[in-house]
Amino acid sequence: MNAVGGTIPVLDPPAAKAPRAKVRASGAMATVLYPTIALALLLLFNLLFTAGFFHVEVRDGRLFGSLIDILNRGTPVLLLSLGMTLVIATGGIDLSVGAVMALAGAVAACLIARPEDSPLHVFNVSHSLPLILIIALSVALLAGLFNGILVATFKLQPIVATLILMVAGRGAAQLVTNGQIPTFQHPSFEFLGSGFLFGLPFPLILAVLIFLVILGFVRGSALGLLIEAVGNNPVAARLAGVQASGVKLVCYVISALLAGVAGLIATADIKAADVNNTGLYLELDAILAAAIGGTSLAGGRFSLVGAAVGALVIQTLTTTILARGIAPELTLVIKAAVVVALCLLQSSKFRELLVRIAIRRRA
Amino acid sequence: MSAANPAAFGWWSARNRLRGVSSRSHFPLLMTCVVFLLIYIAACLRYRGFFSLQVAVNLIGDNAFLGIAAIGLTLVILCGGIDLSVGAVIGCTSIFVATMTEHRGWSPALAVGVALAAGTALGVVQGMLIHFFELPPFLVTLGGLFLCRGLGLLISRESVAILNPLYVKLSSWSLPLGGHATFPLVGVLFVALLCIVSYVAAFRPIGRYVYAVGGNEQSALLMGLPVARTKIGVYAFAGFCSALAGIAVTLYTSSGNALTGSGLELDAIAAVVVGGTLLSGGVGGPIGTLVGVLIFGVIQSAIAFEGTLSSWWARIAIGILLLGFILLQKLLQPERTNP
Repeated sequence: MNAVGGTIPVLDPPAAKAPRAKVRASGAMATVLYPTIALALLLLFNLLFTAGFFHVEVRDGRLFGSLIDILNRGTPVLLLSLGMTLVIATGGIDLSVGAVMALAGAVAACLIARPEDSPLHVFNVSHSLPLILIIALSVALLAGLFNGILVATFKLQPIVATLILMVAGRGAAQLVTNGQIPTFQHPSFEFLGSGFLFGLPFPLILAVLIFLVILGFVRGSALGLLIEAVGNNPVAARLAGVQASGVKLVCYVISALLAGVAGLIATADIKAADVNNTGLYLELDAILAAAIGGTSLAGGRFSLVGAAVGALVIQTLTTTILARGIAPELTLVIKAAVVVALCLLQSSKFRELLVRIAIRRRA
Repeated sequence: MSAANPAAFGWWSARNRLRGVSSRSHFPLLMTCVVFLLIYIAACLRYRGFFSLQVAVNLIGDNAFLGIAAIGLTLVILCGGIDLSVGAVIGCTSIFVATMTEHRGWSPALAVGVALAAGTALGVVQGMLIHFFELPPFLVTLGGLFLCRGLGLLISRESVAILNPLYVKLSSWSLPLGGHATFPLVGVLFVALLCIVSYVAAFRPIGRYVYAVGGNEQSALLMGLPVARTKIGVYAFAGFCSALAGIAVTLYTSSGNALTGSGLELDAIAAVVVGGTLLSGGVGGPIGTLVGVLIFGVIQSAIAFEGTLSSWWARIAIGILLLGFILLQKLLQPERTNP
């Protein structure tokens, strides 16, 4: 044993790894704990007060019920929130996801329906579903590259950089559809939005698959660590040799691609490209889902599982309000309360205040 | 810059430098003015009847509510924050005023007063949450957005026409400008507000505090400036302006609708940014925002005159302009040594 080796504490590898893995797991548990409790409370409320909420029936070999409905309707926000979580973790934000949804949906719908006045009329690919999907997702990919390059290369503030596409994206989508709402009949494309596989809605299965792939890709490789490094302390990350611009670019591209998929699902579901309403305000829901899931909005700490649970919390809340016949406008008011409560919980000043009050009470 | 002899710059430049506004930061505003004039002249040459006093006046009159909201937002952005609740407050205010005057028999003055007070109160609450608990302005005002949209829709989903005689008289009143041109009341409101805010921002202590806090909050605090009062005041004023913009909408359309102003917060941010105000805070001003709003107006008018072009081109044009101006700002902005 040489002198240098002797000064470095060499631990038995399994012994060194075990406690660290445990710490990491408990940290992840804590972030997912709060949204899970919120979800459980919502479900408990429904179990006690909403009749038939947990009723799931099999009709024509397909599952139906409020629970399935939550999972199915929640897929767009779920997909968006995954990308949003990664982007927020790098210290950014992506406001353009709603517009990218509309754009991808418009491209797909115009390729299928080929309306005379659409500039996409010249492309005759309506027979080939893979080509349609590839073209629509390529447009989303370009949008992500645009955002990513503005943020990573030109170092623009993420809010502003993605605001550009948020403003112009719907305009571009209108350009694609020429202001119309193209409707279409295309059984295999519609399957994407309203199909059933193994008795479950296809969008749900797709979302779960994508979730697992992203989770594996981010947490299985070093990417997750790099994202956290960039978000936590950009200077330290740079000094440690992390290429921040590349990491950011990847995150914005993933976010836009997921928005594209969400847009395709939403378009396939209604068999039309409603450019003005597809994905409207969903960027806000996605940010909210990420925040509920314990992702710090200052960047750094993030949880994909938390974001998924957060998306489910939002959808459960919406479905609960609909199921109970409460005015749906209240959803927005409740969401506002949730946003502020979440912010306060994340604020160290607020927690200090609570502690101070608690101490005064006891004294 | 520090090595230059102040005497060589003369009184104007020296005064600007004292205010911490270098001539470099005026360049984006200058570019905005040039772009506006270019579009305006091009439109005048291309469309018959574009070069008339009424069209020019309508550039302001038709976008007065956007302008009023954008002025409040300008101060928030100057102070280093952001306010997303602008559009929702407009919708909520307009439906509130319309419902109260039409269905509840309130006098318009009472409804307007309550609406303005409520808007200001919302701003105060948002400002306090942001300042005292150090919450991100983006999220707090997002909460404000949800809250106001929800409340507005709870008041009424339907659009409510305002038939109150006093209100109708006010909304049809306009300032004669000579010839056939007239300037609507909402335009007068916008211009008056702009003058007051420009004066206060440039010459009154409270206005300078806004720039100081936006430039560097830590320094402002160490200088003993009233940071808390300034920050909360700015959000309160933005809330007031948004509520006023909502009232301007009811005057402009003689009706209230809870969904008015969807997405207007982004138009307002775009107008502020195109007007040369930096989103990082501390640089810019309300005059730039006026030019930003004018560019909005001239693009929309040109598209209306063209007739065959659809209105979505306006969104794309604004997106491209936004991109251009932000990149320009980036080029002009001196590199910050600390990230």
